[in-house]
Amino acid sequence: MSTPEIQVKDLHKSFGDNEVLRGIDLEVGQGEVVCVIGPSGSGKSTLLRCVNLLEEPSKGQVFVGGTEVTHADVDIDAVRRRIGMVFQQFNLFPHLSVTGNLTLPQRRVLGRDKAEAARIAAENLDRVGLAEKADAYPASLSGGQQQRVAIARALAMGPDVMLFDEPTSALDPELVGEVLAVMRMLADEGMTMMVVTHEMSFAREVADRVVFMDGGVIVEDGAPAQVIGNPAHERTRHFLSRLLDPAMADVEDRTPERPDQE
Amino acid sequence: MSDADTPLQPRRSGLSRRQKRSISRGVQYAVFVAVVIAFAVTADWGRLQNQFFQWDLVKQMFPEVITLALKNTVLYTTFGFVVGLALGIVVALMRLSSVGPYRWAAGIYIEVFRGLPALTIFIFVGVAVPLAFPGTAIPGGTYGKVAIALGLVGAAYMAETFRAGIQAVPKGQMEAARSLGFSHARAMVSIIVPQAFRIILPPLTNELVTLFKDSSLVLFLGVTLEERELSKYGRDLASTTANSTPILVAGLCYLLVTVPLGYLVRRLETKTGEATK
Repeated sequence: MSTPEIQVKDLHKSFGDNEVLRGIDLEVGQGEVVCVIGPSGSGKSTLLRCVNLLEEPSKGQVFVGGTEVTHADVDIDAVRRRIGMVFQQFNLFPHLSVTGNLTLPQRRVLGRDKAEAARIAAENLDRVGLAEKADAYPASLSGGQQQRVAIARALAMGPDVMLFDEPTSALDPELVGEVLAVMRMLADEGMTMMVVTHEMSFAREVADRVVFMDGGVIVEDGAPAQVIGNPAHERTRHFLSRLLDPAMADVEDRTPERPDQE
Repeated sequence: MSDADTPLQPRRSGLSRRQKRSISRGVQYAVFVAVVIAFAVTADWGRLQNQFFQWDLVKQMFPEVITLALKNTVLYTTFGFVVGLALGIVVALMRLSSVGPYRWAAGIYIEVFRGLPALTIFIFVGVAVPLAFPGTAIPGGTYGKVAIALGLVGAAYMAETFRAGIQAVPKGQMEAARSLGFSHARAMVSIIVPQAFRIILPPLTNELVTLFKDSSLVLFLGVTLEERELSKYGRDLASTTANSTPILVAGLCYLLVTVPLGYLVRRLETKTGEATK
């Protein structure tokens, strides 16, 4: 097996006194799709943001494509060009048209000329099925369309790796499918993907591996059929049962104990 | 607005809500009419017209009030605004800097120049500085002095406007730009500042209006005939003719600029309001 596309070694991250990541070791191979699941506050988004150094790790190393991202002398802008990132809140540039969102980064960061940037923008808009929205502004698009544009914007930079940070969590339920379809297409094309998500059906059907995180550590890491279908740990089972059937959760389960009562 | 009478509330008087409302409105109209009549009866109309509407005096002011006085007011404002804009951007960037001393210096600057009356700063630039540093002339004569005095005042307000504008751009915009490979500086220039500029356009236009009015303080610097602006021009003519008409005309010239600018600000505000929805 060749060197893994993403390699995380003993990663720690604290915000003040709050230790969010407590020693993460993880590898994502070339063309692999890894879904990271877990309760809110488990550190899964922080882990993803450490991979392209949007968060500075407190300790540990991260390698992407063999380059150490966490090295003090790394040209982080050069590394980030190879890593596409998709955010929960889309983060399209509202002052630019859809095409402008796709061409400005190509021209400013990669130095492509106007015609080439426009051609690559059109190609990628076509890939996400939004060729007809090229001249629209983000505010006039639905959430699902905005997220597809955000994916196209990242793809136009020609990344080797794509990071997805809860890409469907801000969407109305009926718009989730169109974004997942684009992500599934990318996975089928062999893109290396790391996806933080609550969409269990996507994780089960598209992911090569599912990683369950809780309390800043990886609790379980394996094939979807194993982690989702037949989890080995009580914490995983508990999380999945609440996720799949939220109406059945017990009240005591969720309310922390209050010392002033009882 | 709900006009519905709430039957659940007990009536305190015999009057319905609607009756009370029409009485209240009637009283307000009556007060207004009374004040207007009192003014019309007591005012000495002949004297007022003589003082404020001397038509041949008005004619005598044209075209100089426009070609000289208004022109100079606009020039002073423009110079002051440009200096204030440049200085304001620098102070705002210092205020947002990660270097402590820059932040403190910018903070002190903003507090001092927002806390002082504009007139004090004009006197400081026009009188105190030449006395303290004899031999060093501020380039551009009166124009230079006004540009610096107005710029110093304007920069303090504009720096706060810029800072607020930059901070009003959501954090995710910088993160998206950085994750696409933009450097911090390049993301600022290409992504953050263009958005911040839209946000601050209305308050910046308000600042322009303020500077336009404050340019009248040049009166206290002592200017040559050629350097007179609206207020100085109006006052000089008023004292030589012992009549208030020139001041009224000068005032109308200010409104000629400030009212359309105020209208523009409200238009821009509704526009940015819609864009951020």
